[in-house]
Amino acid sequence: MTIAFAATLLILCVGWAGSALGLQYLLGVILPLIAGAVFIIGFIWKIIRWAKSPVPFAIPTVAGQQRSLDWIKPNRLECPWTTPAVVGRMILEVFTFRSLFRNTRAERTTIDGVPRITYFSNKWLWVFALLFHYSMLVIIIRHARFFLDPVPVCIAVIEFVDGVFQVGAPRFYLTDAFILAGLAFLLLRRVCTEKLRYISLPADYFALFLLIAIAGSGICMRYISKVDINQVKEVIMGLATLQPVDPSGIGSIFFIHVTLVSALLIYFPFSKLMHMGGVFMSPTRNMKCNTREERHVNPWNPPKHYHTYAEYEDDFREAMVEAGIPVEKQPEPKTEA
Amino acid sequence: MAKMPTPEELLAATPTSFPKEGWMDTKPDFHPGSFCYPAKTEILKGLGFENAHDWAPDNEDWELPENWEEILHNSLQDALNKHRSLKVFMDCCVRCGACADKCHFFLGTNDPKNMPVLRAELLRSVYRKDFTTAGRLLGKYAGARKLDKDVIKEWFIYFYQCTECRRCSLFCPYGIDTAEITVIVRQMLLDLGLGIHWIMNSVNDCNRTGNHLGVQPHSMREIVEFLCDDIETITGIRVDPPWNEKGHEVIFITPSGDYFADPGIYTFMGYLMLFHEIGLDYTLSTYASEGGNFGSFVSFDVAKRLNAKMYAEAERLGVKWILGGECGHMWRVVNQYMATYNGPTPPNMEVPVSPITGTVFKNAAATKMVHIAEFTADLIKHNKLNLRPERNNHIITTWHDSCNPARAMGLLEEPRYILRHVCNNFVEMPEHTIREETFCCGSGSGLNAEEIMDQRLRGGFPRANALRYVHDTKGVNWMGCVCALDRAALPPLVDYWVPGVTVSGLHELVANALVMKGEIPRTMDLRQEDLPFPDEDPAASEEA
Repeated sequence: MTIAFAATLLILCVGWAGSALGLQYLLGVILPLIAGAVFIIGFIWKIIRWAKSPVPFAIPTVAGQQRSLDWIKPNRLECPWTTPAVVGRMILEVFTFRSLFRNTRAERTTIDGVPRITYFSNKWLWVFALLFHYSMLVIIIRHARFFLDPVPVCIAVIEFVDGVFQVGAPRFYLTDAFILAGLAFLLLRRVCTEKLRYISLPADYFALFLLIAIAGSGICMRYISKVDINQVKEVIMGLATLQPVDPSGIGSIFFIHVTLVSALLIYFPFSKLMHMGGVFMSPTRNMKCNTREERHVNPWNPPKHYHTYAEYEDDFREAMVEAGIPVEKQPEPKTEA
Repeated sequence: MAKMPTPEELLAATPTSFPKEGWMDTKPDFHPGSFCYPAKTEILKGLGFENAHDWAPDNEDWELPENWEEILHNSLQDALNKHRSLKVFMDCCVRCGACADKCHFFLGTNDPKNMPVLRAELLRSVYRKDFTTAGRLLGKYAGARKLDKDVIKEWFIYFYQCTECRRCSLFCPYGIDTAEITVIVRQMLLDLGLGIHWIMNSVNDCNRTGNHLGVQPHSMREIVEFLCDDIETITGIRVDPPWNEKGHEVIFITPSGDYFADPGIYTFMGYLMLFHEIGLDYTLSTYASEGGNFGSFVSFDVAKRLNAKMYAEAERLGVKWILGGECGHMWRVVNQYMATYNGPTPPNMEVPVSPITGTVFKNAAATKMVHIAEFTADLIKHNKLNLRPERNNHIITTWHDSCNPARAMGLLEEPRYILRHVCNNFVEMPEHTIREETFCCGSGSGLNAEEIMDQRLRGGFPRANALRYVHDTKGVNWMGCVCALDRAALPPLVDYWVPGVTVSGLHELVANALVMKGEIPRTMDLRQEDLPFPDEDPAASEEA
């Protein structure tokens, strides 16, 4: 955890020191362009790398009643047997975190001196994971205002809803609080629960610290150490259109934010954050549960090689005949010695 | 075997907290009882595993082949090239921990390496080191570690402490399936010549004699004759199943545990009585005499080889379709792998149609294999069976969804429908322990070996715990299931954790309730125990 924290801090310092040392062009233009390229190319590379391996077997995890007899009601979404139903299952998985919604908590107790395990529904992880991911999504969409001119109406609508409480100036966005709450929960459970602490790798903390730093610097930029928003938009429009604009003069918080975001983009394709792409490619979720109805073809299906009936009968012919079991080839009559 | 601790002692001996040092720094414990016996060298050699050699798990030196690192690297590379699942599962785990307390072995042992996430990390850490840039550059800080001989020992312990039940994959937000990872690691270990006796011996027997238990054709016929004698004693009816006969409509294939071991034999008797009663045109086979597939626990190729016999025999005997008995992992293979492995089906096979009800099993159009619970549920729905559930009135039963029929198939309502028609008292275990969330018996995937009884009892604790609840609160004294491994593994487990509950297959209960044409009034059940509510003797009531 310490190392992850230190790494995040280092990136933050690079952003801050760089802007102080007059490296604005490097941090505000060159780095984001490289990061964007690494992200896009890396993401595609990873997906291609996965896709290059075939799916030899249909191994969906079935989570509900199969379709068998007409009068037994099958579970269309938990045991999907058509492509639209699989799409439905995937939509539930991707947009509502269906599997996480199932989560339970097992607790060891003793009832009348007898050790027991009791299971409780446990939705906290689901709630905060949703909170974090949707806040992130809304924030990314909101950021499109910097990339697009004129700003599309839909973005304005999202901004309006996000700032519906109309508190403060600039208006306070709900998602800013939500994303921090989500991240704080994800971090706290990693630190506080024994199981999570034991399984967590530096990479798990690093992703969280980085996201917290990004959200924190963004919030700071919006509400506390404000920057010239028009100039920021010009710079980002320049990046988006590949006609870079000199970013010098913008407050250093902007460069900290951009450096952190760039680090995230570069890190993304090589990390567990690729679960964003992976969730679509998991064979236990994206395959049809109709495996007895339609044959799934394995591209590397090895040739059939097995102990044949003829070989088997050769081994046991006499015993089979004696037991009255029909054989293909009658045993040779025993020659008298 | 050492004396078993009592349930209370066993649970009291469960650690309450994790080791202080990180998981990469803890070593697996090898003491008798903590590992399965190794597979015999000649058996592995015979099955084509080149690096088979003599070794013992509790020896310091496992006498691995000289180039073991290269073998493993190539083996993992090969698996990554062949399975997108493995690549995705290696790359996208976020260690959210949702799977952590879903594993029965973790719940029973509190060993952190039994959390599915950590079990997968045992491989993932090596994958990162060898196959990712970050892992190569940053090592431990990127969660990577170098493959050494201790890692292999750790794999041997923990990938033989997963029953491939896939409960964790249900809860994983990315559907990461530990069963997939376990099979692949076991395959990699076999490439080094490391396997376990209980699985590989069964595979070898199945390959040669047609079934895991190595029952030869004449003995098989003899055993079944004995079972038919018992049926005659109980019902007064002689059933005479055909063997290896051509020209029948159906071939019936069931796991060998059903005709070999108590209490599976009662289920087998149930099948025979049912087939006789409805006049099914079927045959048994001594060649395809195994529904289960121990190969599927360790290798896709071996699984394919064993499975091939089903279609080969269906073709030789000229049957139209296959009826499959009650078995768990058998149905994982049949439902999700068989068509892929060994399809398309031979030309003589047709989409299964029940000859009794005319129901077309469209859901089995490609594999042409029907689960007996589907078949029997359809018979009952069409009122083709004369059932007297009152004969089972002394039974308060619950239903154990076997992992594979539940999570690899979705066979949930069919057995319950049957159960409700053959038993008047049916009670569900608590939610989160049944249907798709069902708990494994703790002995699946070839881990029903005697030498690891402690581990099996611990793994079975979550199942037993749920059973105990309904036993204590609802008086449940019976647990039905559709899995032969369950029928073998659950009775000792239940005797240990919840004495007073009987384990049986579904068709044992069906046959107990089944009124056969021309049968004598039943006074005993299939186990030849007196029925508390025997049939009324019509002769006696006429006299009265």
